[in-house]
Amino acid sequence: MVPSPNTKQMSRRDLLKSGAAVGVAVIAGAGFVAGSTGAWALEVKALKPETMATLIQVARDIYPHDRVADSFYALAVKSHDDKAADDAAHKTLIEDGIAELDTMAQAAGAAGYADMGWEADRTALLHKISDGGFFQTVRGGLVVGLYNQKPLWPLFGYEGASFEEGGYLERGFDDINWL
Amino acid sequence: MTAPYDLNDDSVVVIIGTGAGGGTLANELAQKGVDVVALEAGGRYLPEDYINDEWESFSQLAWLDARTTSGDWRVAKDFSGLPAWIVKAVGGSTVHWAGASLRFREHEFKAKSTYGEVAGATLLDWPVTLAEMEPYYDKAEFKMGTTRTNGIPGLPGNTNFKVMKAGADKLGYTECHTGRMSINSQPRDGRAACGQVGFCFQGCKFGAKWSTAYTEIPKGEETGKLEVRERAHVLMIEHDDSGKVTGVVYADKDGNHQRQKARAVCIAGNSIESPRLLLNSASSKFSDGLANSSGQVGRNYMRHMTGSVYGVFEKPVRMWRGTTMAGIITDESRHDPSRGFVGGYEMETLSIGLPFMAAFLDPGAWGRSFTSAMDGYENMAGMWLVGEDMPQETNRITLHGERKDQYGMPIPNVHFDDHPNDLAMRAHAYKQGAAVYDAVGATRTFPTPPYPSTHNLGTNRMSEKASDGVVNKWGQTHDIANLFVSDGSQFTTGAAENPTLTIVALAIRQADYIADQMSKGAL
Repeated sequence: MVPSPNTKQMSRRDLLKSGAAVGVAVIAGAGFVAGSTGAWALEVKALKPETMATLIQVARDIYPHDRVADSFYALAVKSHDDKAADDAAHKTLIEDGIAELDTMAQAAGAAGYADMGWEADRTALLHKISDGGFFQTVRGGLVVGLYNQKPLWPLFGYEGASFEEGGYLERGFDDINWL
Repeated sequence: MTAPYDLNDDSVVVIIGTGAGGGTLANELAQKGVDVVALEAGGRYLPEDYINDEWESFSQLAWLDARTTSGDWRVAKDFSGLPAWIVKAVGGSTVHWAGASLRFREHEFKAKSTYGEVAGATLLDWPVTLAEMEPYYDKAEFKMGTTRTNGIPGLPGNTNFKVMKAGADKLGYTECHTGRMSINSQPRDGRAACGQVGFCFQGCKFGAKWSTAYTEIPKGEETGKLEVRERAHVLMIEHDDSGKVTGVVYADKDGNHQRQKARAVCIAGNSIESPRLLLNSASSKFSDGLANSSGQVGRNYMRHMTGSVYGVFEKPVRMWRGTTMAGIITDESRHDPSRGFVGGYEMETLSIGLPFMAAFLDPGAWGRSFTSAMDGYENMAGMWLVGEDMPQETNRITLHGERKDQYGMPIPNVHFDDHPNDLAMRAHAYKQGAAVYDAVGATRTFPTPPYPSTHNLGTNRMSEKASDGVVNKWGQTHDIANLFVSDGSQFTTGAAENPTLTIVALAIRQADYIADQMSKGAL
């Protein structure tokens, strides 16, 4: 598939910030998903809040970075809610995909996908559906949706654009001292 | 001073595409006083317009018209709708290229006689020798300001180069330096020196890297003999009853069809669009497409054996700082069948930003194996491996049976199967690339699969005999005297080197030939 560049820079304003700490996504009431510590909240328009909360966990399980807060994953999958609002087939794809994961988790003795304590148990379920449309849609969207968030780049050391700073000629382009 | 030519002016030479081949040819002809109309499918973007952001720039510059893929190459699986990563803009892929400017080696012009019969490969000797090309390589290097030629110093090496160089030294490689790059190491030709910005693939905001967009094109326009029409997408080449081409039909920026008459037509739309255009120009007289009596149009598609190796180290490298292609090891570019394959490959530093690393490091991969690699991004060094791939008749551009583009024309399908020689070379290159980084303490290395093709070659190949290819040694089609091919699709074989310098040298040479033929009344 063609990488689909979402050129519209995702805005941090899409998240309603209310604090500093972050944690696991929880249902914060009708139409909202929030970080468990109340650090952020995301309005959900088309998907069930429970679905969005689980989708955020799926996103982390696909591309787990322990130093990356849930809010980045929430923003990365928000586009599925936007698309679900306009596209019934997309809404069904996401709702059914999450429902299937929950059913598989229940068969394994858990209350639901997000209630499975170990990442390895959750990813074992993801592997079973990894050739399907739901998984590929979510994973494919994350490649740009997660890693193209500029506020995330410093966590990886990446500095982004340099032209405005005059390039690296005077700013360490050959600065390596351990060789 | 842009020269506007009338649509019915049949004295003009029409050039389709303004990249390394078309842009150079347009300026060379204009300098000789030939009237030229250059039709460019994309818009015009200059250094102030380029964007230091990978996905945004991709949306601005990349050729994103619909294409399909088939064959066993991994690109068909990972990027099924994007076989090639090339540019749709004035300047073509010279906006995007990294700047590496290497001459082909003598034996690479004689692939068939040097390598012998290779099963499944349609090798051929070029109808041109290195000796014939040397004066044109000289002109191309001077034009482009290639470092390590014409007394121009090499670029300084960045961190990514220093890691490569240290590894190369430890392995005993002797040919490792900062390359022959058409990037100004000092101000030249009215353009600035490199500021080590990075983002070479996104268009050089310093204008330090040679691109026809802001060198050949404006120089040609200044003569008053070149008109560049932007957002003019050529749909078809037309001919008369005698079989001579008479002009082209294109869709203008509003989608309206226009017919530009021409004295001669030169196609330089890159190796997917050029054969596609010839095939889409089929007529009752030429039912298999123009210039296709040999059946060779679209065949022998080459895209270089490619792959990358990224290595993670204990300490930071920050490879994105500075020129994208900052250094080269040429030791493996020799022909040495004892390695288990014919031809050779170059090892060239490469860096991509975090967003593209996520897309290209191991397309489709997920989970901790992948994300722990991404976590090492700041400590990564990277190199690209690029070598000669085998031409195969069945690797080809064809017209899609059903799908049409935005203008109603059949879209191209790109079929590619790796040849066993390509696979053996890639395996060797991965091993050597990893060894370079292991020698300086890499904790982990990644054999990264090929990206969508940037070097698209060979689909209208040059041949001595008309039955073996599409064009003669001047890029003139065997079938139609006033129809030329002026891009990398002329390549008889791919050689190990990045193709741009050779495309430019061929275009300079072709301009001499066309002007000569015109003065003799033969065109």
